[in-house]
Amino acid sequence: MRSDKFTSAPLGLKLAAAGGLLFLHLPLLLIFLYAFTTEEKSYQFPPPGLTLKWFAVTWERADVWQALWLSVRVASISTMIALVLGTLCAAAVSQTRFFGRETISLLVILPIALPGIITGIALRSAFSLADIPFSFWTIVLGHATFCIVVVYNNAVARFRRVSGSLMEASMDLGANGFQTFRYIILPNIGTALLAGGMLAFALSFDEVIVTTFTGGQQSTLPIWMLQELIRPRQRPVTNVVAMVVVIVTFLPILGAYYLTRDGDQIAGSGK
Amino acid sequence: MSAIAQQHAIQTGRGSLAGRVSDFLWKHPHVFLTILLGPPLLWLGIIYLGSLLALLLQSFFSIDDYSGLINYEFTLATYRQLLNDANFDIIIRTILMAAIVTLFSAVIAFPIAYYAARYARGKWKVIFYLGVMLPLWSSYLVKIYAWKLILAKEGILTWLVTKLNLLWLLDAWLSLPVIGGNSLSVSYTGTFIVFVYVWMPFMILPIQAALERVPTNLIEASSDLGGTPQQTFRHVLFPLALPGIVAGSIFTFSLTLGDYIIPQIIGSSRLFIGQAVYAQQGTAGNIPLAAAFTVVPIVIMGLYLWMARRMGAFDAL
Repeated sequence: MRSDKFTSAPLGLKLAAAGGLLFLHLPLLLIFLYAFTTEEKSYQFPPPGLTLKWFAVTWERADVWQALWLSVRVASISTMIALVLGTLCAAAVSQTRFFGRETISLLVILPIALPGIITGIALRSAFSLADIPFSFWTIVLGHATFCIVVVYNNAVARFRRVSGSLMEASMDLGANGFQTFRYIILPNIGTALLAGGMLAFALSFDEVIVTTFTGGQQSTLPIWMLQELIRPRQRPVTNVVAMVVVIVTFLPILGAYYLTRDGDQIAGSGK
Repeated sequence: MSAIAQQHAIQTGRGSLAGRVSDFLWKHPHVFLTILLGPPLLWLGIIYLGSLLALLLQSFFSIDDYSGLINYEFTLATYRQLLNDANFDIIIRTILMAAIVTLFSAVIAFPIAYYAARYARGKWKVIFYLGVMLPLWSSYLVKIYAWKLILAKEGILTWLVTKLNLLWLLDAWLSLPVIGGNSLSVSYTGTFIVFVYVWMPFMILPIQAALERVPTNLIEASSDLGGTPQQTFRHVLFPLALPGIVAGSIFTFSLTLGDYIIPQIIGSSRLFIGQAVYAQQGTAGNIPLAAAFTVVPIVIMGLYLWMARRMGAFDAL
Protein backbone atom coordinates (compact mmCIF):
# COMPACT_ATOMS: atom_id res chain seq x y z
CA MET A 1 0.00 0.00 0.00
CA ARG A 2 1.46 3.32 -0.96
CA SER A 3 1.16 5.60 1.97
CA ASP A 4 1.64 8.88 0.12
CA LYS A 5 -2.03 8.94 -0.85
CA PHE A 6 -2.85 9.71 2.75
CA THR A 7 -0.17 12.26 3.51
CA SER A 8 -0.48 15.78 2.28
CA ALA A 9 2.36 17.97 1.22
CA PRO A 10 4.15 20.23 3.69
CA LEU A 11 2.91 23.81 3.54
CA GLY A 12 6.25 25.18 2.36
CA LEU A 13 6.31 22.83 -0.61
CA LYS A 14 2.73 23.73 -1.53
CA LEU A 15 3.53 27.43 -1.44
CA ALA A 16 6.73 27.01 -3.47
CA ALA A 17 4.97 24.88 -6.12
CA ALA A 18 2.01 27.26 -6.35
CA GLY A 19 4.36 30.24 -6.47
CA GLY A 20 6.32 28.63 -9.30
CA LEU A 21 3.18 28.00 -11.33
CA LEU A 22 1.92 31.55 -10.71
CA PHE A 23 5.30 32.88 -11.89
CA LEU A 24 4.74 30.96 -15.12
CA HIS A 25 1.15 32.04 -15.69
CA LEU A 26 0.68 35.60 -14.42
CA PRO A 27 2.77 37.24 -17.17
CA LEU A 28 0.65 35.48 -19.80
CA LEU A 29 -2.57 36.66 -18.13
CA LEU A 30 -1.24 40.21 -18.26
CA ILE A 31 -1.15 39.92 -22.06
CA PHE A 32 -4.91 39.37 -21.98
CA LEU A 33 -5.47 42.50 -19.88
CA TYR A 34 -3.31 44.69 -22.10
CA ALA A 35 -5.21 43.69 -25.25
CA PHE A 36 -8.13 45.77 -23.89
CA THR A 37 -6.27 48.84 -22.64
CA THR A 38 -7.10 52.30 -23.93
CA GLU A 39 -3.53 53.51 -23.41
CA GLU A 40 -1.69 53.91 -26.72
CA LYS A 41 1.71 55.36 -25.95
CA SER A 42 3.07 53.45 -22.98
CA TYR A 43 2.75 50.25 -20.98
CA GLN A 44 0.96 52.04 -18.13
CA PHE A 45 -0.46 49.93 -15.30
CA PRO A 46 -3.24 49.89 -14.22
CA PRO A 47 -4.78 50.60 -17.65
CA PRO A 48 -6.65 53.93 -17.66
CA GLY A 49 -9.64 52.30 -19.35
CA LEU A 50 -10.78 49.24 -21.24
CA THR A 51 -11.95 49.08 -24.87
CA LEU A 52 -12.65 46.63 -27.68
CA LYS A 53 -11.60 49.17 -30.29
CA TRP A 54 -8.17 47.63 -30.99
CA PHE A 55 -9.63 44.32 -32.07
CA ALA A 56 -11.40 46.09 -34.93
CA VAL A 57 -8.25 48.06 -35.81
CA THR A 58 -6.15 44.88 -35.87
CA TRP A 59 -8.77 43.14 -38.02
CA GLU A 60 -8.32 45.84 -40.67
CA ARG A 61 -4.52 45.63 -40.75
CA ALA A 62 -3.34 44.06 -44.02
CA ASP A 63 0.25 43.56 -42.79
CA VAL A 64 -0.93 41.42 -39.87
CA TRP A 65 -3.05 39.25 -42.17
CA GLN A 66 -0.17 38.83 -44.64
CA ALA A 67 2.23 37.78 -41.89
CA LEU A 68 -0.34 35.40 -40.42
CA TRP A 69 -1.04 33.82 -43.80
CA LEU A 70 2.67 33.34 -44.53
CA SER A 71 3.15 31.72 -41.10
CA VAL A 72 0.25 29.34 -41.65
CA ARG A 73 1.53 28.30 -45.09
CA VAL A 74 5.11 27.80 -43.86
CA ALA A 75 3.95 25.83 -40.82
CA SER A 76 1.63 23.61 -42.90
CA ILE A 77 4.21 22.67 -45.51
CA SER A 78 7.00 22.22 -42.94
CA THR A 79 4.72 20.01 -40.85
CA MET A 80 3.91 17.82 -43.85
CA ILE A 81 7.59 17.39 -44.75
CA ALA A 82 8.45 16.70 -41.10
CA LEU A 83 5.62 14.14 -40.85
CA VAL A 84 6.96 12.13 -43.77
CA LEU A 85 10.64 12.31 -42.82
CA GLY A 86 10.06 11.89 -39.07
CA THR A 87 7.82 8.84 -39.53
CA LEU A 88 10.26 7.17 -41.95
CA CYS A 89 13.10 7.74 -39.52
CA ALA A 90 11.10 6.48 -36.53
CA ALA A 91 10.03 3.37 -38.46
CA ALA A 92 13.61 2.59 -39.42
CA VAL A 93 14.97 3.10 -35.91
CA SER A 94 12.25 1.15 -34.09
CA GLN A 95 11.47 -1.63 -36.58
CA THR A 96 14.93 -2.64 -37.66
CA ARG A 97 18.32 -3.07 -36.08
CA PHE A 98 21.32 -1.62 -37.76
CA PHE A 99 24.69 -0.20 -37.03
CA GLY A 100 24.59 3.46 -35.98
CA ARG A 101 21.02 3.72 -34.67
CA GLU A 102 22.16 5.90 -31.79
CA THR A 103 23.81 8.27 -34.24
CA ILE A 104 20.53 8.69 -36.12
CA SER A 105 18.72 9.77 -32.95
CA LEU A 106 21.47 12.25 -32.22
CA LEU A 107 21.34 13.62 -35.78
CA VAL A 108 17.57 14.15 -35.56
CA ILE A 109 17.82 15.94 -32.20
CA LEU A 110 20.82 18.10 -33.12
CA PRO A 111 18.86 20.88 -34.92
CA ILE A 112 17.01 21.77 -31.72
CA ALA A 113 19.77 20.81 -29.26
CA LEU A 114 22.15 23.37 -30.75
CA PRO A 115 21.12 27.01 -30.29
CA GLY A 116 18.83 28.24 -33.07
CA ILE A 117 21.27 30.94 -34.09
CA ILE A 118 23.77 28.26 -35.18
CA THR A 119 21.20 26.51 -37.39
CA GLY A 120 20.12 29.86 -38.76
CA ILE A 121 23.52 31.25 -39.62
CA ALA A 122 24.69 27.88 -41.02
CA LEU A 123 21.71 27.78 -43.40
CA ARG A 124 22.14 31.41 -44.34
CA SER A 125 25.79 31.05 -45.24
CA ALA A 126 25.01 27.83 -47.14
CA PHE A 127 22.31 29.63 -49.14
CA SER A 128 24.69 32.42 -50.00
CA LEU A 129 27.47 29.97 -50.95
CA ALA A 130 25.07 28.09 -53.22
CA ASP A 131 23.57 31.33 -54.59
CA ILE A 132 20.05 30.39 -53.52
CA PRO A 133 17.88 33.54 -53.18
CA PHE A 134 15.66 33.85 -50.08
CA SER A 135 12.11 32.71 -50.68
CA PHE A 136 9.16 30.95 -49.14
CA TRP A 137 11.03 27.68 -49.64
CA THR A 138 14.19 28.75 -47.81
CA ILE A 139 12.02 29.38 -44.72
CA VAL A 140 10.34 25.98 -45.12
CA LEU A 141 13.73 24.27 -45.51
CA GLY A 142 14.86 25.54 -42.12
CA HIS A 143 11.58 24.91 -40.33
CA ALA A 144 11.13 21.34 -41.61
CA THR A 145 14.65 20.50 -40.40
CA PHE A 146 13.92 21.24 -36.74
CA CYS A 147 10.30 20.00 -36.89
CA ILE A 148 11.39 16.45 -37.77
CA VAL A 149 12.41 15.80 -34.17
CA VAL A 150 8.96 16.34 -32.58
CA VAL A 151 7.27 13.99 -35.08
CA TYR A 152 10.11 11.52 -34.63
CA ASN A 153 9.86 11.54 -30.82
CA ASN A 154 6.12 10.94 -30.85
CA ALA A 155 6.28 8.24 -33.52
CA VAL A 156 9.16 6.37 -31.86
CA ALA A 157 7.31 6.33 -28.52
CA ARG A 158 4.22 4.88 -30.20
CA PHE A 159 6.09 2.35 -32.37
CA ARG A 160 7.56 0.96 -29.17
CA ARG A 161 4.05 0.13 -27.94
CA VAL A 162 2.82 -1.43 -31.19
CA SER A 163 3.55 -5.12 -30.82
CA GLY A 164 5.56 -6.72 -33.62
CA SER A 165 3.34 -9.82 -33.53
CA LEU A 166 0.42 -7.73 -34.87
CA MET A 167 2.34 -7.09 -38.07
CA GLU A 168 3.47 -10.71 -38.32
CA ALA A 169 -0.11 -11.85 -37.88
CA SER A 170 -1.22 -9.54 -40.67
CA MET A 171 1.50 -10.88 -42.97
CA ASP A 172 0.64 -14.48 -42.03
CA LEU A 173 -2.98 -13.85 -42.95
CA GLY A 174 -1.89 -12.91 -46.44
CA ALA A 175 -1.67 -9.13 -46.37
CA ASN A 176 1.23 -7.58 -48.22
CA GLY A 177 3.41 -4.87 -46.74
CA PHE A 178 1.28 -2.01 -48.05
CA GLN A 179 -1.94 -3.53 -46.72
CA THR A 180 -0.29 -4.12 -43.35
CA PHE A 181 0.78 -0.50 -43.28
CA ARG A 182 -2.68 0.74 -44.28
CA TYR A 183 -4.79 -1.45 -41.96
CA ILE A 184 -2.50 -2.29 -39.04
CA ILE A 185 0.32 0.22 -38.60
CA LEU A 186 -1.41 3.45 -39.59
CA PRO A 187 -4.44 3.04 -37.26
CA ASN A 188 -2.04 2.27 -34.41
CA ILE A 189 0.29 5.22 -34.89
CA GLY A 190 -2.28 7.66 -36.32
CA THR A 191 -2.99 9.63 -33.15
CA ALA A 192 0.74 9.87 -32.34
CA LEU A 193 1.39 11.28 -35.80
CA LEU A 194 -1.47 13.74 -35.44
CA ALA A 195 -0.11 14.87 -32.06
CA GLY A 196 3.42 15.14 -33.45
CA GLY A 197 2.10 17.11 -36.41
CA MET A 198 0.25 19.55 -34.14
CA LEU A 199 3.38 20.14 -32.09
CA ALA A 200 5.47 20.57 -35.23
CA PHE A 201 2.94 23.12 -36.46
CA ALA A 202 3.11 25.00 -33.16
CA LEU A 203 6.91 24.92 -33.21
CA SER A 204 7.10 26.27 -36.75
CA PHE A 205 4.33 28.83 -36.20
CA ASP A 206 6.29 30.34 -33.31
CA GLU A 207 9.83 30.11 -34.71
CA VAL A 208 11.71 33.37 -35.00
CA ILE A 209 15.47 32.84 -34.67
CA VAL A 210 16.08 30.61 -37.69
CA THR A 211 13.52 32.59 -39.71
CA THR A 212 15.40 35.87 -39.27
CA PHE A 213 18.30 34.25 -41.13
CA THR A 214 16.39 32.40 -43.85
CA GLY A 215 13.46 34.72 -44.50
CA GLY A 216 14.97 37.63 -46.40
CA GLN A 217 12.47 40.47 -46.62
CA GLN A 218 9.36 38.42 -45.88
CA SER A 219 7.72 38.55 -42.46
CA THR A 220 6.09 35.65 -40.74
CA LEU A 221 3.97 36.53 -37.72
CA PRO A 222 6.86 36.08 -35.23
CA ILE A 223 9.10 38.29 -37.41
CA TRP A 224 6.34 40.93 -37.44
CA MET A 225 6.17 40.65 -33.62
CA LEU A 226 9.95 40.98 -33.32
CA GLN A 227 9.96 44.13 -35.43
CA GLU A 228 7.25 45.58 -33.21
CA LEU A 229 9.27 44.67 -30.13
CA ILE A 230 12.41 46.37 -31.39
CA ARG A 231 10.68 49.42 -32.89
CA PRO A 232 7.11 49.72 -31.60
CA ARG A 233 4.81 51.40 -34.13
CA GLN A 234 1.33 50.74 -32.80
CA ARG A 235 1.45 49.15 -29.37
CA PRO A 236 -2.28 48.36 -29.02
CA VAL A 237 -2.21 46.29 -32.23
CA THR A 238 0.80 44.35 -30.90
CA ASN A 239 -1.12 43.72 -27.67
CA VAL A 240 -4.06 42.23 -29.57
CA VAL A 241 -1.82 40.10 -31.83
CA ALA A 242 0.07 38.81 -28.77
CA MET A 243 -3.19 37.70 -27.15
CA VAL A 244 -4.38 35.95 -30.31
CA VAL A 245 -1.03 34.15 -30.62
CA VAL A 246 -1.29 32.88 -27.03
CA ILE A 247 -4.76 31.47 -27.70
CA VAL A 248 -3.81 29.97 -31.06
CA THR A 249 -0.76 28.16 -29.64
CA PHE A 250 -2.75 26.75 -26.71
CA LEU A 251 -5.08 24.81 -29.03
CA PRO A 252 -2.55 22.41 -30.62
CA ILE A 253 -0.95 21.75 -27.21
CA LEU A 254 -4.29 20.79 -25.67
CA GLY A 255 -5.11 18.73 -28.78
CA ALA A 256 -1.80 16.88 -28.67
CA TYR A 257 -2.28 16.19 -24.97
CA TYR A 258 -5.74 14.66 -25.41
CA LEU A 259 -4.57 12.53 -28.34
CA THR A 260 -1.69 10.94 -26.44
CA ARG A 261 -2.72 11.05 -22.77
CA ASP A 262 -3.22 7.27 -22.48
CA GLY A 263 0.32 6.62 -23.62
CA ASP A 264 3.37 6.03 -21.51
CA GLN A 265 4.96 9.07 -23.06
CA ILE A 266 2.90 12.16 -23.57
CA ALA A 267 3.46 14.36 -26.56
CA GLY A 268 5.48 17.50 -26.18
CA SER A 269 7.28 16.65 -22.98
CA GLY A 270 10.46 17.74 -24.73
CA LYS A 271 10.10 20.71 -27.00
CA MET B 1 14.97 -24.27 -41.29
CA SER B 2 12.80 -21.29 -40.45
CA ALA B 3 14.35 -19.37 -43.32
CA ILE B 4 13.21 -22.03 -45.75
CA ALA B 5 9.71 -22.07 -44.29
CA GLN B 6 9.51 -18.28 -44.53
CA GLN B 7 10.60 -18.25 -48.12
CA HIS B 8 8.08 -20.89 -48.97
CA ALA B 9 5.26 -18.98 -47.31
CA ILE B 10 6.14 -15.85 -49.22
CA GLN B 11 6.45 -17.49 -52.59
CA THR B 12 2.87 -18.67 -52.65
CA GLY B 13 -0.07 -16.55 -53.58
CA ARG B 14 1.13 -12.93 -53.88
CA GLY B 15 0.84 -12.08 -57.51
CA SER B 16 -0.12 -8.41 -57.56
CA LEU B 17 2.46 -5.68 -58.10
CA ALA B 18 2.12 -4.43 -54.53
CA GLY B 19 2.55 -7.96 -53.30
CA ARG B 20 5.66 -8.52 -55.39
CA VAL B 21 7.16 -5.23 -54.20
CA SER B 22 6.53 -6.04 -50.56
CA ASP B 23 7.92 -9.55 -51.01
CA PHE B 24 11.04 -8.08 -52.55
CA LEU B 25 11.46 -5.69 -49.63
CA TRP B 26 10.92 -8.51 -47.14
CA LYS B 27 13.64 -10.58 -48.76
CA HIS B 28 16.03 -7.63 -49.01
CA PRO B 29 15.86 -5.86 -45.65
CA HIS B 30 18.80 -3.65 -46.59
CA VAL B 31 16.91 -2.20 -49.53
CA PHE B 32 13.91 -1.65 -47.27
CA LEU B 33 16.07 0.10 -44.67
CA THR B 34 17.63 2.29 -47.34
CA ILE B 35 14.19 3.37 -48.56
CA LEU B 36 13.09 4.19 -45.01
CA LEU B 37 16.24 5.99 -43.94
CA GLY B 38 17.27 7.51 -47.24
CA PRO B 39 15.00 10.57 -47.38
CA PRO B 40 15.44 11.74 -43.76
CA LEU B 41 19.19 11.10 -43.84
CA LEU B 42 19.62 12.92 -47.14
CA TRP B 43 17.62 15.87 -45.79
CA LEU B 44 19.44 16.14 -42.48
CA GLY B 45 22.81 15.16 -43.91
CA ILE B 46 22.85 17.55 -46.85
CA ILE B 47 20.78 20.50 -45.67
CA TYR B 48 21.66 20.50 -41.99
CA LEU B 49 25.06 18.87 -41.52
CA GLY B 50 26.24 20.23 -44.86
CA SER B 51 25.55 23.82 -43.94
CA LEU B 52 26.90 23.31 -40.43
CA LEU B 53 30.21 21.96 -41.74
CA ALA B 54 30.42 24.72 -44.34
CA LEU B 55 29.98 27.24 -41.52
CA LEU B 56 32.61 25.62 -39.31
CA LEU B 57 35.07 25.51 -42.18
CA GLN B 58 34.70 29.25 -42.62
CA SER B 59 35.99 29.80 -39.09
CA PHE B 60 39.41 28.72 -40.39
CA PHE B 61 39.40 31.51 -42.97
CA SER B 62 40.04 35.11 -42.11
CA ILE B 63 38.79 38.48 -43.22
CA ASP B 64 41.02 40.94 -44.97
CA ASP B 65 41.08 44.09 -42.81
CA TYR B 66 41.41 46.45 -45.77
CA SER B 67 39.10 45.07 -48.42
CA GLY B 68 36.59 43.40 -46.05
CA LEU B 69 36.65 40.30 -48.25
CA ILE B 70 37.09 36.77 -47.00
CA ASN B 71 40.59 35.40 -47.49
CA TYR B 72 40.18 31.70 -48.35
CA GLU B 73 43.37 30.40 -46.81
CA PHE B 74 43.68 28.17 -43.78
CA THR B 75 44.56 30.25 -40.74
CA LEU B 76 44.02 30.31 -37.00
CA ALA B 77 44.02 34.11 -36.95
CA THR B 78 40.25 34.25 -36.48
CA TYR B 79 40.50 32.08 -33.37
CA ARG B 80 43.22 34.37 -32.01
CA GLN B 81 40.83 37.26 -32.58
CA LEU B 82 38.11 35.30 -30.76
CA LEU B 83 40.27 35.18 -27.66
CA ASN B 84 41.14 38.88 -27.50
CA ASP B 85 39.96 40.72 -24.40
CA ALA B 86 36.68 42.15 -25.68
CA ASN B 87 35.50 38.89 -27.25
CA PHE B 88 36.69 36.79 -24.34
CA ASP B 89 34.62 39.02 -22.04
CA ILE B 90 31.55 38.25 -24.13
CA ILE B 91 32.17 34.52 -23.81
CA ILE B 92 32.71 34.64 -20.04
CA ARG B 93 29.66 36.88 -19.53
CA THR B 94 27.45 34.49 -21.51
CA ILE B 95 28.68 31.36 -19.72
CA LEU B 96 28.23 33.05 -16.34
CA MET B 97 24.70 34.10 -17.23
CA ALA B 98 23.84 30.61 -18.50
CA ALA B 99 25.16 29.07 -15.29
CA ILE B 100 23.23 31.43 -12.97
CA VAL B 101 20.05 31.05 -15.03
CA THR B 102 20.40 27.26 -14.83
CA LEU B 103 20.92 27.37 -11.07
CA PHE B 104 17.87 29.54 -10.41
CA SER B 105 15.74 27.54 -12.85
CA ALA B 106 16.57 24.38 -10.91
CA VAL B 107 15.65 26.02 -7.59
CA ILE B 108 12.29 27.26 -8.90
CA ALA B 109 11.50 24.11 -10.88
CA PHE B 110 12.27 21.61 -8.13
CA PRO B 111 9.25 22.26 -5.84
CA ILE B 112 6.87 22.19 -8.82
CA ALA B 113 8.35 18.92 -10.09
CA TYR B 114 8.44 17.41 -6.60
CA TYR B 115 4.83 18.27 -5.85
CA ALA B 116 3.68 17.00 -9.27
CA ALA B 117 5.64 13.77 -8.89
CA ARG B 118 4.77 12.86 -5.32
CA TYR B 119 1.57 14.57 -4.19
CA ALA B 120 -0.50 15.49 -7.24
CA ARG B 121 -3.02 12.78 -8.17
CA GLY B 122 -5.80 12.51 -10.72
CA LYS B 123 -7.17 15.89 -11.68
CA TRP B 124 -4.29 17.77 -10.07
CA LYS B 125 -1.74 15.74 -11.99
CA VAL B 126 -3.37 16.93 -15.25
CA ILE B 127 -3.53 20.51 -13.99
CA PHE B 128 0.16 20.46 -13.12
CA TYR B 129 1.09 18.85 -16.43
CA LEU B 130 -0.85 21.34 -18.55
CA GLY B 131 0.20 24.13 -16.19
CA VAL B 132 3.78 23.44 -17.20
CA MET B 133 3.16 22.56 -20.86
CA LEU B 134 1.13 25.64 -21.80
CA PRO B 135 3.74 28.21 -20.76
CA LEU B 136 6.51 25.96 -22.14
CA TRP B 137 4.94 25.92 -25.59
CA SER B 138 3.42 29.38 -25.75
CA SER B 139 5.04 31.88 -28.02
CA TYR B 140 8.62 32.82 -27.15
CA LEU B 141 8.16 36.41 -28.35
CA VAL B 142 4.88 36.87 -26.51
CA LYS B 143 6.61 35.76 -23.30
CA ILE B 144 9.33 38.34 -23.83
CA TYR B 145 6.69 40.95 -24.66
CA ALA B 146 4.84 40.16 -21.43
CA TRP B 147 8.01 40.95 -19.50
CA LYS B 148 8.49 44.16 -21.41
CA LEU B 149 5.05 45.15 -20.11
CA ILE B 150 5.95 44.08 -16.58
CA LEU B 151 9.41 45.61 -16.34
CA ALA B 152 8.64 48.92 -18.07
CA LYS B 153 9.08 52.00 -15.85
CA GLU B 154 5.35 52.73 -15.93
CA GLY B 155 4.47 49.01 -15.75
CA ILE B 156 2.93 46.72 -13.18
CA LEU B 157 6.11 45.99 -11.22
CA THR B 158 6.84 49.63 -10.44
CA TRP B 159 3.15 50.09 -9.57
CA LEU B 160 3.25 47.12 -7.18
CA VAL B 161 6.51 48.21 -5.58
CA THR B 162 5.12 51.72 -5.06
CA LYS B 163 1.95 50.35 -3.46
CA LEU B 164 4.09 48.29 -1.08
CA ASN B 165 6.25 51.35 -0.28
CA LEU B 166 9.35 49.50 -1.43
CA LEU B 167 10.39 51.88 -4.19
CA TRP B 168 13.59 52.71 -2.27
CA LEU B 169 14.56 49.02 -2.45
CA LEU B 170 14.09 48.87 -6.22
CA ASP B 171 16.06 52.08 -6.65
CA ALA B 172 18.84 50.77 -4.43
CA TRP B 173 18.99 47.60 -6.52
CA LEU B 174 19.09 49.55 -9.77
CA SER B 175 21.90 51.77 -8.51
CA LEU B 176 24.15 48.74 -7.99
CA PRO B 177 27.01 48.52 -10.48
CA VAL B 178 26.89 45.87 -13.28
CA ILE B 179 23.49 44.34 -12.42
CA GLY B 180 21.66 47.67 -12.14
CA GLY B 181 20.69 50.24 -14.75
CA ASN B 182 18.21 52.98 -15.59
CA SER B 183 15.24 50.66 -15.26
CA LEU B 184 14.82 46.92 -14.93
CA SER B 185 14.11 46.55 -18.65
CA VAL B 186 17.59 47.83 -19.56
CA SER B 187 19.56 45.99 -16.88
CA TYR B 188 21.20 42.59 -16.50
CA THR B 189 18.68 41.86 -13.76
CA GLY B 190 15.90 42.17 -16.30
CA THR B 191 17.73 39.96 -18.82
CA PHE B 192 18.25 37.39 -16.09
CA ILE B 193 14.57 37.35 -15.01
CA VAL B 194 13.36 36.88 -18.57
CA PHE B 195 15.91 34.13 -19.26
CA VAL B 196 14.74 32.26 -16.16
CA TYR B 197 11.09 32.76 -17.08
CA VAL B 198 11.46 31.57 -20.67
CA TRP B 199 13.76 28.56 -20.10
CA MET B 200 12.76 27.35 -16.62
CA PRO B 201 9.77 25.23 -17.82
CA PHE B 202 12.25 23.03 -19.71
CA MET B 203 13.72 22.06 -16.32
CA ILE B 204 10.49 20.87 -14.69
CA LEU B 205 9.57 17.76 -16.70
CA PRO B 206 13.00 16.03 -16.56
CA ILE B 207 13.19 16.58 -12.77
CA GLN B 208 9.65 15.28 -12.41
CA ALA B 209 10.52 12.19 -14.46
CA ALA B 210 13.54 11.49 -12.24
CA LEU B 211 11.58 12.02 -9.02
CA GLU B 212 8.75 9.76 -10.15
CA ARG B 213 11.21 6.91 -10.28
CA VAL B 214 12.27 7.37 -6.63
CA PRO B 215 10.49 4.66 -4.60
CA THR B 216 8.44 6.11 -1.74
CA ASN B 217 9.77 3.53 0.70
CA LEU B 218 13.29 4.96 0.32
CA ILE B 219 12.02 8.26 1.75
CA GLU B 220 10.14 6.40 4.48
CA ALA B 221 13.18 4.29 5.31
CA SER B 222 15.26 7.41 5.67
CA SER B 223 12.86 8.96 8.15
CA ASP B 224 12.40 5.64 9.98
CA LEU B 225 16.14 5.57 10.48
CA GLY B 226 15.93 8.98 12.11
CA GLY B 227 16.75 11.25 9.18
CA THR B 228 15.29 14.74 9.44
CA PRO B 229 13.51 16.03 6.31
CA GLN B 230 16.61 18.10 5.54
CA GLN B 231 18.87 15.06 5.80
CA THR B 232 16.48 12.96 3.69
CA PHE B 233 16.54 15.65 1.05
CA ARG B 234 20.31 16.00 1.05
CA HIS B 235 21.30 12.35 1.18
CA VAL B 236 18.42 10.54 -0.53
CA LEU B 237 16.18 12.73 -2.67
CA PHE B 238 18.67 15.17 -4.15
CA PRO B 239 21.22 12.58 -5.35
CA LEU B 240 18.43 10.59 -7.01
CA ALA B 241 16.97 13.70 -8.66
CA LEU B 242 20.37 14.90 -9.87
CA PRO B 243 20.26 13.13 -13.28
CA GLY B 244 16.94 14.88 -13.92
CA ILE B 245 18.37 18.25 -12.93
CA VAL B 246 21.37 17.71 -15.20
CA ALA B 247 19.06 16.66 -18.06
CA GLY B 248 16.98 19.81 -17.59
CA SER B 249 20.07 21.96 -17.32
CA ILE B 250 21.11 20.83 -20.82
CA PHE B 251 18.15 22.83 -22.13
CA THR B 252 18.41 25.88 -19.88
CA PHE B 253 22.17 26.13 -20.40
CA SER B 254 22.18 25.59 -24.16
CA LEU B 255 19.21 27.85 -24.83
CA THR B 256 20.66 30.71 -22.76
CA LEU B 257 24.04 30.26 -24.40
CA GLY B 258 22.74 30.90 -27.91
CA ASP B 259 19.96 33.41 -27.36
CA TYR B 260 20.32 36.84 -28.91
CA ILE B 261 16.76 38.16 -28.87
CA ILE B 262 16.14 38.37 -25.11
CA PRO B 263 19.29 40.42 -24.30
CA GLN B 264 18.58 42.61 -27.33
CA ILE B 265 15.06 43.50 -26.19
CA ILE B 266 15.51 43.46 -22.42
CA GLY B 267 19.05 44.18 -21.38
CA SER B 268 21.99 46.51 -21.33
CA SER B 269 24.21 47.30 -24.29
CA ARG B 270 26.87 44.75 -23.36
CA LEU B 271 26.74 41.78 -25.74
CA PHE B 272 26.18 38.07 -25.31
CA ILE B 273 27.55 35.36 -27.66
CA GLY B 274 24.36 35.19 -29.72
CA GLN B 275 24.36 38.96 -30.25
CA ALA B 276 28.04 38.89 -31.19
CA VAL B 277 27.37 36.22 -33.81
CA TYR B 278 24.44 38.21 -35.13
CA ALA B 279 26.42 41.44 -35.31
CA GLN B 280 29.49 39.80 -36.89
CA GLN B 281 27.55 38.10 -39.68
CA GLY B 282 25.23 41.04 -40.28
CA THR B 283 26.50 44.59 -39.95
CA ALA B 284 30.19 43.67 -39.64
CA GLY B 285 30.05 41.11 -42.46
CA ASN B 286 32.75 39.06 -40.76
CA ILE B 287 31.48 35.53 -41.38
CA PRO B 288 34.73 33.82 -40.24
CA LEU B 289 34.58 35.48 -36.81
CA ALA B 290 30.83 34.77 -36.54
CA ALA B 291 31.57 31.12 -37.38
CA ALA B 292 34.35 31.00 -34.78
CA PHE B 293 31.92 32.42 -32.20
CA THR B 294 29.41 29.65 -32.95
CA VAL B 295 32.12 27.08 -32.26
CA VAL B 296 32.14 28.22 -28.61
CA PRO B 297 28.60 27.04 -27.75
CA ILE B 298 29.11 23.88 -29.82
CA VAL B 299 32.26 22.97 -27.88
CA ILE B 300 30.73 23.88 -24.51
CA MET B 301 27.58 21.88 -25.25
CA GLY B 302 29.69 18.95 -26.49
CA LEU B 303 31.59 18.88 -23.18
CA TYR B 304 28.36 19.38 -21.27
CA LEU B 305 26.58 16.52 -23.04
CA TRP B 306 29.58 14.27 -22.50
CA MET B 307 29.54 15.01 -18.76
CA ALA B 308 25.76 14.64 -18.59
CA ARG B 309 25.99 11.26 -20.28
CA ARG B 310 28.52 10.08 -17.72
CA MET B 311 26.14 11.13 -14.95
CA GLY B 312 23.31 9.13 -16.50
CA ALA B 313 21.24 12.18 -17.34
CA PHE B 314 20.00 10.76 -20.64
CA ASP B 315 17.91 8.13 -18.90
CA ALA B 316 15.92 10.96 -17.32
CA LEU B 317 15.04 12.62 -20.62
